[in-house]
Amino acid sequence: MYSDDLLTTILKSVRTIAMVGASPKWVRPSNFAMKYLQGKGYRVIPVNPGQAGSEILGETVYGSLGDIADTFDMVDIFRNSEAAGPIVDEAIELAQVKGISVIWMQLGVINEEACKRAEAAGLMVIMDRCPKIEYARLFSELGWAGINTGIISSKRPKLRA
Amino acid sequence: MTDTKTPPEAGFETRAIHAGAHPDPATGARNTPIYQTTSYVFDDADHAADLFNLQTFGFIYSRLTNPTVAVLEERLANLEGGRAAVCAASGHAAQFLTFFTLLGPGDEFVASRNLYGGSITQFGISFEKLGWKCHFVDPTDPENFAAAITPKTKAIFLEVLANPGGIVVDLEAVAAIAKDAGIPLIVDNTMATPYLCRPFEWGADIIVHSTTKFLGGHGNSLGGAVIESGKFDWAQNDKFPSMTEPEPAYHGLTFYETFGNFGFTMKARAVALRDFGPALSPTNAFNTITGIETLPLRMERHVANAQDVATFLEGHPAVDWVSYAGLTSSPYHNLAKKYLPKGAGSVFTIGLKGGYEAGVKLVEGVEMISHLANIGDTRSLILHPASTTHRQLTEEQRLAAGAGPEVVRLSIGLETANDIKNDLDQGLCNT
Ligand SMILES: Cc1ncc(COP(=O)(O)O)c(C=O)c1O
Repeated sequence: MYSDDLLTTILKSVRTIAMVGASPKWVRPSNFAMKYLQGKGYRVIPVNPGQAGSEILGETVYGSLGDIADTFDMVDIFRNSEAAGPIVDEAIELAQVKGISVIWMQLGVINEEACKRAEAAGLMVIMDRCPKIEYARLFSELGWAGINTGIISSKRPKLRA
Repeated sequence: MTDTKTPPEAGFETRAIHAGAHPDPATGARNTPIYQTTSYVFDDADHAADLFNLQTFGFIYSRLTNPTVAVLEERLANLEGGRAAVCAASGHAAQFLTFFTLLGPGDEFVASRNLYGGSITQFGISFEKLGWKCHFVDPTDPENFAAAITPKTKAIFLEVLANPGGIVVDLEAVAAIAKDAGIPLIVDNTMATPYLCRPFEWGADIIVHSTTKFLGGHGNSLGGAVIESGKFDWAQNDKFPSMTEPEPAYHGLTFYETFGNFGFTMKARAVALRDFGPALSPTNAFNTITGIETLPLRMERHVANAQDVATFLEGHPAVDWVSYAGLTSSPYHNLAKKYLPKGAGSVFTIGLKGGYEAGVKLVEGVEMISHLANIGDTRSLILHPASTTHRQLTEEQRLAAGAGPEVVRLSIGLETANDIKNDLDQGLCNT
């Protein structure tokens, strides 16, 4: 269980996300998440070796995290749990130069070993969650689709982070 | 990374008042406003496209989503311990959305034969015209569900506390049968409400409600809801292509992959509700939200009054039998203690010694109790199913559904218990 405070802090502090496994097809879940996060003011840099050099949603696609020219705060992994391992290791190596502080694995992506390595290296790790859904849940949009956010509060919601 | 700052889950009473509702972001209005609007402006063309593509959350048109209805949806999902909900104009509409999302022509499902009479007609006759076949079984032996499953069976449906018969179904046993078959168990939890029973905790996968009854609770608004647990694996077999294959009615979107544990209600909303249109009105949603705020208090009194009145009737000379699972005489008493520990609801049937004639006389003879076709009102209600709700059924179906000629159904309300008993007593004098 990740506390709502922790997730809110991450979503408020992060500005640039490297999305590993971003798809150019608009009906794919990764493309949905990228479009949504862009709409919320995040810059999302797609990483996908098969698409390197092309563009997804206005952003140049890179073949690996190391190829990305700019700095980024978070790595969002849209790959299976096993494939997440080497991606996490690459992120640990690049953490200093790129300014990475958070590794986020998507719904269904769980790699405890990689998580331990990243935490030992001082990174924050979230697994088995979707940043789009968590953003929508914590900033009062998710309930619009009848989804149980579990939030009980009499504070007036602020719609943007 | 775990951390210990997660607060404990709020209690049922707190959630009945707060879940899904927060002060209006624009005005600070504390009570949920009635957003009496058909449609919503887009920020720009791109925002509109994102909304139509389901890429972002938001509002387009109230046939799909409405902020007042959304509060009710989230509250129901929360109270049932589910992942997500979609509301509909009535309980029957909710059932339609559920089965449209699950079935294609030629598919089958198995249902308890002890259901609200309207559901038996919907499943047995109207659904048949769509090519959906329902097999009804006696729910008192869970194995009957297993025996009726064929390779085409896509779901099991039951009322855990059945209307009108006072029957309680062994939910956990049927859930195990559904799980083995790789199909969802759908429970109509209208009669119990999540205050008395939470079917997801016993293994149900989808819950449907007629919010018209105890949830709204005041006999003022129709409504229905479909709630998903979020735990059913739609990809475990190839029975659910509407969840696991690209949807032609939605530009080839694959709902389970894209929306995961809330994919079923997204699909029910984005396709079934969009294309057939039985949307809940925001005013009805508002009335239902207001009703739910007092659900725990009302249900406590409903079951206390029902227990009192049932006990009184069991000793009445004009009454042959009382079928209320809260009585020790009921064969379902032990199941009720397991699944409905706070009380066996407030709808039950009685058999009159004087048969059909006596039934008609009693419903006409009561003064305060209302003779009408509904349940779950603040007011006590009475009905003779054989001459009304169950009239469309065959004699055999009527008997099987617990609605024989001598049967009268009561929905015990929130009046002073003695007044309910006195009214029944004077009505029974003439039978
Ligand atoms: C148990 C049960 N399910 C479903 C329904 C149908 O609900 P509605 O009348 O809201 O369509 C009813 C209505 O009496 C009911 O009692």
